[in-house]
Amino acid sequence: MNNNVFIALQTSDEARAIIDAILDDNPAATRSDFPAMVKIDAPGRLVVRRESVGQRLGRDWDLQELHLSLISLSGNIDESDDEFCLVRG
Amino acid sequence: MQVDIKTSDIRPIRQTFSQIARRFGADKPATRYQEATFDLQSTANFHYRPLWQPQYDLYDVRRTAIVMDDWYAFRDPRHYYYGVYVQARARQQEVQESNFEFVDRRRMLRDAAEADRARLTRLLVPLRHYEWGANMNNCTVVAYGYGAAITQAAQFHTMDRLGLAQYLTRIGLLLDGNDTAVLDQARQDWLGDPCWQGVRACMEKLFVTADWFEVLLVQNFLFDGLVYPLAMSHLEQVLAPQAASGYALSTEFAQSWYEESVRWVDASLRTAVAESEANAVLLKQWIEHWLPAWVDAFRPRATAAFGDQAEAVTAEAVGDLVARAGRVGIAVNTSSPSDPTGRKP
Repeated sequence: MNNNVFIALQTSDEARAIIDAILDDNPAATRSDFPAMVKIDAPGRLVVRRESVGQRLGRDWDLQELHLSLISLSGNIDESDDEFCLVRG
Repeated sequence: MQVDIKTSDIRPIRQTFSQIARRFGADKPATRYQEATFDLQSTANFHYRPLWQPQYDLYDVRRTAIVMDDWYAFRDPRHYYYGVYVQARARQQEVQESNFEFVDRRRMLRDAAEADRARLTRLLVPLRHYEWGANMNNCTVVAYGYGAAITQAAQFHTMDRLGLAQYLTRIGLLLDGNDTAVLDQARQDWLGDPCWQGVRACMEKLFVTADWFEVLLVQNFLFDGLVYPLAMSHLEQVLAPQAASGYALSTEFAQSWYEESVRWVDASLRTAVAESEANAVLLKQWIEHWLPAWVDAFRPRATAAFGDQAEAVTAEAVGDLVARAGRVGIAVNTSSPSDPTGRKP
């Protein structure tokens, strides 16, 4: 059974920092580019860290700002102030 | 009839400027901070040497004893380039303006107790001359520094210092109902009052210090490291409630600005220390050279503000500064600040 999770984000300036952070924090994740969209797939688990994105943006970043760039996602969400985590299985 | 909706994927021919692509590897989209910072300074084809210093090129890494393999390692953790810097400060200015209006409307400083007005006139408003000096010193960093990553941030810092000097002027005007007597008095205090003469002497010594990285360290780390905690934060505690709230509102920008600029200053020092042992030794020497003299110079001002608490408050600020140095990797010899025989600049 396929237990991949994914997150799809717009390709804006801000989302680029999020995408970079996700790819660095999740070595198993793969990136696919579409027109105006980037989809990141990962087996089983994928995490977005507030700290990593904030470092790349050079300012404090609130995890809720993720929703300004979010297009779609798949997986069960486990969310805290510091981490937004997609899990399956 | 059948309608097919197709998406066509148009790829840009290039994602960013060549110098950014060369530096960061693949030709991928760059942040505005990267594009507005990296490898912008000219490095070749200077036709003339500066006539006033013929031993150097126009941009020359030899103007400081600090040695870096890559001068663009000094990136700003705030990622300030012109656009975001101006936006951030414009927002802060709006807040500060409404604070000043609030203080003015309620006459919080103008109607404060006479003792508090005198205290602010003598101990706070003269700092506008200190801020102007800090602007000069950062101009030195901009003029002789190497690499847009550090000179750009230092240029923003010079503008901030001018702004801070202007805000202190506003406080002088608020104390006085828009008359200039307080400003004139504060200037006389800066020029003649014994409590400021050590500070002024140290500033003037720094004006004629040639090494720009030393100037950056001493002004933005060491001098500010005592002035902001002692002159800005602690002063509030010795004022009566009315003056204290007027004071807190009037200096809110200064305090949040200091917290923010600490991030850039510490990141710059950390980068220099991480580069080589020789750099670390040099920074340590500079701190141990200037710190005892600066503590001595600041002592009369601290005594005038805090009376018999002065030594304790100063020692706490010095302790914080030494701890900050430790966090960026400079193990400052802590016995020197209180050592009266310490070497003076």
